[in-house]
Amino acid sequence: MSTHPKASPAHRAGLALLSFAAVLAAWSAASYGGLVKDLFLPKPHSVLLAFADMHRDGILLSYTWDSVYRVMVGWSLAVAAAVPLGLFIATSRRGAAVCAPLIEFARYLPVVALVPLTLLYFGIGDGQKFAIIFLGTFFQLALMVADSVAAVPRDLGRAAATLGASRAQIYRMVLLPGALPGIMDDLRITVGWAWTYLVVAELVAANSGLGYMILRAQRFLAIDRIFAGLVLIGLLGLATDWLFKTATRLCVPWSEKVDA
Amino acid sequence: MSALLEIRDLRKDFSGAAGPVTALEGIDLDVAEGELAVIVGPSGCGKSTLLNIVAGLEHGTGGEARIDGRPITGPGADRGMVFQSYTLFPWLSVRENVEFGLRIKGVPKDERAETARRYLGLVGLADFENALPKELSGGMKQRVAIARVLANQPRMLLMDEPFGALDAQTRLVLQELLLGIRAQERSTVLFITHDIDEAILLADNVYVMSRRPGRLKARIPVDIPRPRDHRVTVSADFAAVKARIMELLWEEITA
Repeated sequence: MSTHPKASPAHRAGLALLSFAAVLAAWSAASYGGLVKDLFLPKPHSVLLAFADMHRDGILLSYTWDSVYRVMVGWSLAVAAAVPLGLFIATSRRGAAVCAPLIEFARYLPVVALVPLTLLYFGIGDGQKFAIIFLGTFFQLALMVADSVAAVPRDLGRAAATLGASRAQIYRMVLLPGALPGIMDDLRITVGWAWTYLVVAELVAANSGLGYMILRAQRFLAIDRIFAGLVLIGLLGLATDWLFKTATRLCVPWSEKVDA
Repeated sequence: MSALLEIRDLRKDFSGAAGPVTALEGIDLDVAEGELAVIVGPSGCGKSTLLNIVAGLEHGTGGEARIDGRPITGPGADRGMVFQSYTLFPWLSVRENVEFGLRIKGVPKDERAETARRYLGLVGLADFENALPKELSGGMKQRVAIARVLANQPRMLLMDEPFGALDAQTRLVLQELLLGIRAQERSTVLFITHDIDEAILLADNVYVMSRRPGRLKARIPVDIPRPRDHRVTVSADFAAVKARIMELLWEEITA
């Protein structure tokens, strides 16, 4: 019936804005129209005021930075360990035999259940947040990277071998660049999880950060601040996603996933 | 003088799901310097396995294979392979793909680029050196793959159904291109196909392989004079050779 012409970037941005506008409109109707009590659904403008209040209190930027910092460190540690391990699992039968079952076991442990244990080991400071994020992303990421490396067509490595490449050169010049688009996707997905686990950890025990901010707001029934915290986390997620997509476009412009 | 490639009593056993499988048995094959040898056989006969053993990507379980008198122990730049699947590195430009082997050898940048341009000219893609593989058609990708192997100046070119995934017209064009390149570069080629017309058009010698376990059951010399092009495929000489090969293959297909 119809073909699907590619939407231009401006067109797509317009559609995205439209969906946000629709949510905002429904929210406004429900709150300003008095359908839902202020206690349960704050008015949009009071959420904006809550942002201003928290900024005046000096917690908006410092709490945001604390959370961003925790995600970056915890997740980077996981990446630094998981990418080489994934490469190893994908290319060594013995490596897969040794590591894969252990990782499969570990990744089914809900990381949330490890929060009490990590509190015991690391206290409520940044170290515990790093640990939770690491535990929540490392195992899955190692398996995802292994899959991405295994998805590089075998004949690429074989072609390189008949052009004179050694095993080490095949790793460096074929497998790693070949797996990079997949690995970029894996990174983008797991950084999202890192945010989730961080907020959980901060809700349980912390003395700064966005999860902590939301928890405190709940204690004071400051629903406008809760919403402000949620909006902020959402915006940070959007920004992260955008950053990764831009980085993918810059790092792997050759990928079939990137439009020419 | 001994042949460039010598294979003696080569054997290959696999452990398959339903017990041990003999893929190759009693393979004897000599390919002389400058010869274009083509192996045809029914699918699953082990012809790709044979080529992979020559490439050093697989190992025989008996007998031996020698190149330049030295036993083949693993892959090397002296035996460049063109695959049926597209194996250009998608993150490298066309020219960088052709330079790949030279980069590994440590050839200086300018020299690399010059060599790559020469071979891209040879396969008719001089204007595409900066294109990415994803911008090329299947036939163009295989042209680049051929240039990439040639630029490395291997002792021998191994081709595993390189035109098998292409449409009939493109295949003809590339067959003629290969004939032209071979005449110019004096390359030694071991070529695998299941397309009898392709085999006869290209070959000095066609080897017919039997069903599993794969053996070379006959060598058919093709004396059709060179230079050849697609017109020879309708000549009487061609038909006579084809009839012989068909006969031999038919026994394998229907046995």
